[in-house]
Amino acid sequence: MIKNILNLGDAALYCDFGSDVNQEINSNVIKYFYHIKKLNLKGITNLTPSYNKLIISYDLNIHSFLSLKKKIENIEIKENNKLETKLIEIPVCCDNNFALDIKRVENKLKLKSEIILEKFFSKNYFCYMTGFVAGMPFLGDLNQEMRLKRLETPRVKVPKGSVGITEQFCNIYTFETPGGWNILGNTPQNIFDTSNQSNPNLVNPGDTIKFYRITLDQYNEIKR
Amino acid sequence: MKSKDRNYFKILRAGINTTYQDLGRNNLYHIGIPFSGAMDKRNFQLLNSLLQNDYNSPVLEFAYQGPHLKYFGKDIFFCISGNVSFKIITKEGVIDGNSYQCYLLKNGDEVDIHSTNKSVYGYFSINGTFGVDYYWGSCSINTQAQIGPNNGNKFSKDLEIEIIEINNSFNKRKLDYLGSTIENIRVIKGTNYDYFSESSQNKFFKESFKITKLSDRMGMRLEGPKIENVVDPNIKSEGLVKGVIQITSAGDPIIMLSDHGTIGGYPKIATVISADYDRLVQLTPGSNIKFKDVSLKDAETLYKLYQMETNNLISQIK
Repeated sequence: MIKNILNLGDAALYCDFGSDVNQEINSNVIKYFYHIKKLNLKGITNLTPSYNKLIISYDLNIHSFLSLKKKIENIEIKENNKLETKLIEIPVCCDNNFALDIKRVENKLKLKSEIILEKFFSKNYFCYMTGFVAGMPFLGDLNQEMRLKRLETPRVKVPKGSVGITEQFCNIYTFETPGGWNILGNTPQNIFDTSNQSNPNLVNPGDTIKFYRITLDQYNEIKR
Repeated sequence: MKSKDRNYFKILRAGINTTYQDLGRNNLYHIGIPFSGAMDKRNFQLLNSLLQNDYNSPVLEFAYQGPHLKYFGKDIFFCISGNVSFKIITKEGVIDGNSYQCYLLKNGDEVDIHSTNKSVYGYFSINGTFGVDYYWGSCSINTQAQIGPNNGNKFSKDLEIEIIEINNSFNKRKLDYLGSTIENIRVIKGTNYDYFSESSQNKFFKESFKITKLSDRMGMRLEGPKIENVVDPNIKSEGLVKGVIQITSAGDPIIMLSDHGTIGGYPKIATVISADYDRLVQLTPGSNIKFKDVSLKDAETLYKLYQMETNNLISQIK
């Protein structure tokens, strides 16, 4: 299932699963990720699954590129290996104070805000990967008519909990960070829990997300 | 704890970016948490060796201007690594300290770490153990993700740094070491090297880049000839590693450092080799950087040599 393994610098394998972004390719990445993680190989210092790549960082004192590459190439994974995933419901408030980019999205998509939100909430989304900042899930896919580019100038600070869209993807900002996604709302739910060290992520690769809309009163109630 | 039983430093001035660091945390990239850990691993290792501490003991890392500390407790030794100017203030007077030498501190003495010289990071520790909390196996403070002791924040004035253990069998030691500098930063070509025009590829290796002030533990932004992308200014977001050099849409290089975001969507032109990382992070804003292309095989050998050099230095401590 891995098409090709290159080196990323001198201490990481760059495993390529194909150039497209779709759930089939991504599911293969995730299967490899969980499989290798379970093997608990000595000297592996990080595994980073993404849409169609898996990066394996290693300790140069223990592995060299060629020897580790061989090890990974020899891993066999059964195609029908089922992933253990869950469906997670996440509340989102789209009050004007939270929907920072709704006007821009209306203009770009040439749709009324109510239609945009209706379309956004009508679908379940698949989690391709988590990262950039701790716990941030990259979700997809948005319907064709909902796709637009990032902001031309990214925000210096996107508020924590913001739910944004860009191209075929949506995400949740788990921390206040710079970012350029189009923000449609905000969730009061904590997506990353630093105090839960065994399982800090609410959403993990392979999970399915259902967003549901809440009022400002409900938002404040949950926040309390 | 009764106050007379306590051993601790009070922070009179915190410095610019003072944090606890150790070797960092592994195997968390997939949830968005980077390695962190001491930026300059060699100076981290040398310091713990000088103080006869466990190899992964927590130390204080500071950048540019360090902290001013006042000590309360029973006699203790401290040491500083890196290229650092500092003063030791005791009842007998004030003396200038030297890096890689251990000094005795008595109750009420102070250490004032003025600055790092022609470098960015320095390290401070004692012959003992700081009282730190561990998060995913590491006490490294990642201020961006607010992970680590002190609620993941850098140190501030009036904070007290607890010492939970002092090694009483310690003998004062030192190392004659002037630090290590490097002319070129050696890199391996990146996975998107062919995204860039031939003339830009040449410029990347022939011309020099200036390190801008927009540099911190997360990344180092460079300024120089614009690197022209002839394929696509974005790639499908994918994992990053320490030392990766991405080219932004504006054509400027940005090098990922220890607290970097784990996923990125800019093409990767090159990656700094592991052997040169410690020296890379010590380059100050305003200085120039020149990249040199090496093969993967050479990079692996150069890393082994660098490790041997570090071990050699450790064996010279006496």
